Amino acid sequence: MHEDLPQLSHEEILRYSRHLILPDVGVAGQRKLKAARVLLVGAGGLGSPAALYLAAAGVGTLGLVDFDVVDRTNLQRQVLHGTSKVGTPKLASARERILDLNPNVRVETFETRLTSANALDILRDFDIVADGSDNFPTRYLVNDACVLLGKPNVYGSIFRFEGQASVFFAKQGPCYRCLYAEPPPPDLVPSCAEGGVLGVLPGIIGSIQAMETIKLILGVGEPLIGRLLLFDALKLQFRELKLAKDPDCPVCGAHPTVTSLIDYEAFCGVLAAPASDGVEIAAADLGELRKGNPRLIVLDVREPHEWAIAHIDGARLIPLSELPERLGELDGHAEIVTHCHHGVRSMKALEILQAAGFANVRSLKGGIDAWSVQVDPSVPRY
Amino acid sequence: MATGTVQVRFFARYAELAGCETTAVSVAVPATVADVVRQVREAIPGAALLPERPLAAVNMRHVRLDAPVNDGDEVAFLPPVAGG
Ligand SMILES: [Zn+2]
Repeated sequence: MHEDLPQLSHEEILRYSRHLILPDVGVAGQRKLKAARVLLVGAGGLGSPAALYLAAAGVGTLGLVDFDVVDRTNLQRQVLHGTSKVGTPKLASARERILDLNPNVRVETFETRLTSANALDILRDFDIVADGSDNFPTRYLVNDACVLLGKPNVYGSIFRFEGQASVFFAKQGPCYRCLYAEPPPPDLVPSCAEGGVLGVLPGIIGSIQAMETIKLILGVGEPLIGRLLLFDALKLQFRELKLAKDPDCPVCGAHPTVTSLIDYEAFCGVLAAPASDGVEIAAADLGELRKGNPRLIVLDVREPHEWAIAHIDGARLIPLSELPERLGELDGHAEIVTHCHHGVRSMKALEILQAAGFANVRSLKGGIDAWSVQVDPSVPRY
Repeated sequence: MATGTVQVRFFARYAELAGCETTAVSVAVPATVADVVRQVREAIPGAALLPERPLAAVNMRHVRLDAPVNDGDEVAFLPPVAGG
């Protein structure tokens, strides 16, 4: 039996001894792990613990897709990367850490954004995909590619203090689109960069993804197929939703309408945002503009707790959520520049102001972050 | 026409928008999940931002919007989450 599975070296037998003495793993299970090929989409908050535990557990081949560089704001949760790696590619950092942990692992890196053009080629050679991406277009892309290729998608996602996990395996249960047929409006659900996330949370959810991946490889236990695990860190509560496959699902239903990969950015409506010609102003230009026009209103539309971290001297704070009711506080003839953290919410504010008849409004491109980098380094970045 | 009370539970971002995690909602029975969605979007100011077709569960079982809702049921709405 298992003659096609790779043998374990003496070093591996010693390394995995706590697995080998587990009845549900044993030598046969460990050889399955060694033969397994797992692709991690994203080497960030979820991908970090998943990669570390899968590597430690002896998964033979780990694929990693990411195109980012390690940023200092990643270190609070992305435990794959160390302070010395800030500014270097995440995949180089991940490879070094994984091989230090377990040199038996073969690391295959794909330093690219996962797209409709490359996803099938990248995913095809793997047995299981673990989705730790951080945006809706990639979530739908990974889902559809997994359905089309017949591969299980070990899913995890996080927001602030709450997380979700499931195994979307359309051969045996529902897929992501059975739950969320339509993407949310782009501004309904903030990203972690805008909404924040407790650093330990991806450690818990990413570890669950690693656990489910290993169970699928070993064929033991009851995988999270057909169940959505909901985790609330503040209550320390796990709940479970029984999922149903949608017979009308556009990708895994009886009569699918999605039979090849589509344009997921357009599908999720995230391309609509950069229609910002002329309404955005660069930080350096705002610096000059303020000198020439002391009546210029710099309108900060972030939340008060963000203002407390850092703000631009002389700016006025009206959080985006309160802006529609507080328009009366602003002079309709004044020149206004809206700003937020990175320049997304300030574009929403600009739309609100323009719709209310404010004629001379622009949005600070890159937000207070760009202001700190380009104009006033005394303003801390966050 | 009879009136039933259902317990509505909002998860994650929806709870932030609605300003609460749970709330009791009266609906004319027999009702469907879609009726509860409509009721919630009208009655709770922040919940107007809920999509017309949110992921919904009755008694923690994922259902379609045409699923029946009975007096005493818990109807949960779950937002998509993409953070990683
Ligand atoms: Zn489906």
